[in-house]
Amino acid sequence: MTQPSRSSLLMVPALAWLTALMVVPCALVLALAFFRRGIYGGIEYTFTLENFGLVFDPLYAGIFLNSARIAGTATLIAVVIGYAAAYAIAAAPRRWQPVFLFFAVLPFWSNYLIRTYAWIVLLNREGLITQLLRWLGYTGEPPSMLYTEGAVIAGLVYNYLPFVILACYAPLSRLNPELAEASRDLGASAMTTFRRVILPLTVPGIAAGAVFVFVLSIGNFVTPALLGGGRFQMIGNLVYDQFLTANDWPFGAALAMALIAIMLLVLTAQALAADRASGRIAEAKGRVNG
Amino acid sequence: MSEPRTLLAIDKVSKNFGRVTAVDGISLDIRENEFFALLGPSGCGKTTLLRMLAGFETPNDGRILLDGRDIARTPPNKRPVNLMFQSYALFPHMSVRANVSYGLEMERLPAKEIRSRVDAILATTELVAFADRKPEQLSGGQKQRVALARALVKRPRLLLLDEPLGALDKKLRGAMQLELKRLQHEVGITFVIVTHDQEESLVMADRMAVLRDGKLLQCDTPHAVYEYPADRFVADFIGVMNFVPGKAAGDGVLAANGARISGRVPATLIPGAAAVASVRPERIRLFPSPETANRVAGTVEALAYQGLDLQLHVRTALSPKPFLVRVTADAADRRPVASGDAVELGWDAADVRIFAD
Repeated sequence: MTQPSRSSLLMVPALAWLTALMVVPCALVLALAFFRRGIYGGIEYTFTLENFGLVFDPLYAGIFLNSARIAGTATLIAVVIGYAAAYAIAAAPRRWQPVFLFFAVLPFWSNYLIRTYAWIVLLNREGLITQLLRWLGYTGEPPSMLYTEGAVIAGLVYNYLPFVILACYAPLSRLNPELAEASRDLGASAMTTFRRVILPLTVPGIAAGAVFVFVLSIGNFVTPALLGGGRFQMIGNLVYDQFLTANDWPFGAALAMALIAIMLLVLTAQALAADRASGRIAEAKGRVNG
Repeated sequence: MSEPRTLLAIDKVSKNFGRVTAVDGISLDIRENEFFALLGPSGCGKTTLLRMLAGFETPNDGRILLDGRDIARTPPNKRPVNLMFQSYALFPHMSVRANVSYGLEMERLPAKEIRSRVDAILATTELVAFADRKPEQLSGGQKQRVALARALVKRPRLLLLDEPLGALDKKLRGAMQLELKRLQHEVGITFVIVTHDQEESLVMADRMAVLRDGKLLQCDTPHAVYEYPADRFVADFIGVMNFVPGKAAGDGVLAANGARISGRVPATLIPGAAAVASVRPERIRLFPSPETANRVAGTVEALAYQGLDLQLHVRTALSPKPFLVRVTADAADRRPVASGDAVELGWDAADVRIFAD
């Protein structure tokens, strides 16, 4: 074996990069959160906890809850659609699977903003969907779809769906097809087979995909700004406003820290759950050898 | 003994995948309580046939009658047939007990009955100590027993086993062959086993079917298949056989070098047709008596000591390949031979089988 001290040198560039561009800025923002806002904007360097107190103000706490609800809904929809798509891809003939996966991630080739603008073109009062309805014979008022919570959720689902597809495809494609056959052979219907064999064995993929969508959605500010028309504030927009409009950097910093705390909580919970699962396996293997 | 009852009748069943015909008009009867083997090289259609019996494939043509009822189109969860998968297909997220209980839960039996039946089958398969383990904590042999218990606990009319011993090492395989036979006797369920291992089917099966290219070549007891193969392929596939190519004559085969191998010529072979005479290695004697019907001189090329017996490769003028001869250790001790020795081989006309070539 190589000496651990020498091989760990390989981590230096990555650590340096993360320190300079992640740890230091985060520490600066964290520090900022403990100061007062100056009377004419700017920062007054006296220590305070007021900013964090304000985060729990019903007005802002409500925005946090609202963000969590929107992100949660988007996550749920993305998981259902993404899992179904991943299931279909994994069931397709082997040689077609890479092609379908390629199409699943194809939207990533264009810019996030452009993809979101495309939804405006679709959902607009006189947009493509309205035109399609007209063409189908609909004559009433054009439906108002843009600048609704539904539009925000649709945008989030659309943007993060490929992550769910990829995360769910991995365990689904590795699943031994004979397991489903064995379940059928033992008397289970197709539905029971899915519920008792396929789903439990692919939960890790669902969890990974779901955490991804939730964490990216709850902090998102572009999609609610563009598709929500500023009427549906999420934490991301609030932070953005504090820094760039209200000029209250300390409060913006406190909000950003609260958001990071929520994300860390979700990620830690998922890591602990995954660890418990693999811990069980390790413990089990230990018993075999013992 | 009463006349054995037919449990499963496979009636002119065919299955093709696109342009490939996997099973080509096979008809077979499998009897109540018998241990039946489907044997053939890979690609012969045995696995497809098994999957049609389990319900995972639907025949394009023909009927599959179980107790007289056509089940060819019955889904797998609705037929009293269970399959033990080659990969065992144990549910990795369930304990041994949960794996074995699964099939009974699907029948919606009362919890008490499930428990007692699972306990009983775990005891039969000697798995009680492993009931709470997950499949990944089991050895290959233990996994195999769980797969067997999981299928047997359902008390199927028919148990299908797909290469059940393929994943085990040679020594364990020998033990499990006897174990499977004992279990089959104990539970009184009809077993149909798919294997490519001719030795395995000879040891375990009451009757066996030899398949090739989707067609049934022969269906009989292992003894009959070994001693009276239906054709050249079966003769070659089952056990070891020495072949002497030549032309059919009235009372045997004329080898290329002009020598005559005496034996009974099947009525279907017209004199002069390409034919092959064959004899099993254990039927050949070294230094035969002068009245032996078939005799040939040869040179020992190689010896392989195999414990119980000695295998000789003897070069003769009869065939391009050396003859394989099995001599018991006893006989080899009485009259030792060495590589390079000139010997004479002999065998009776009754031990010769003649096939079209």
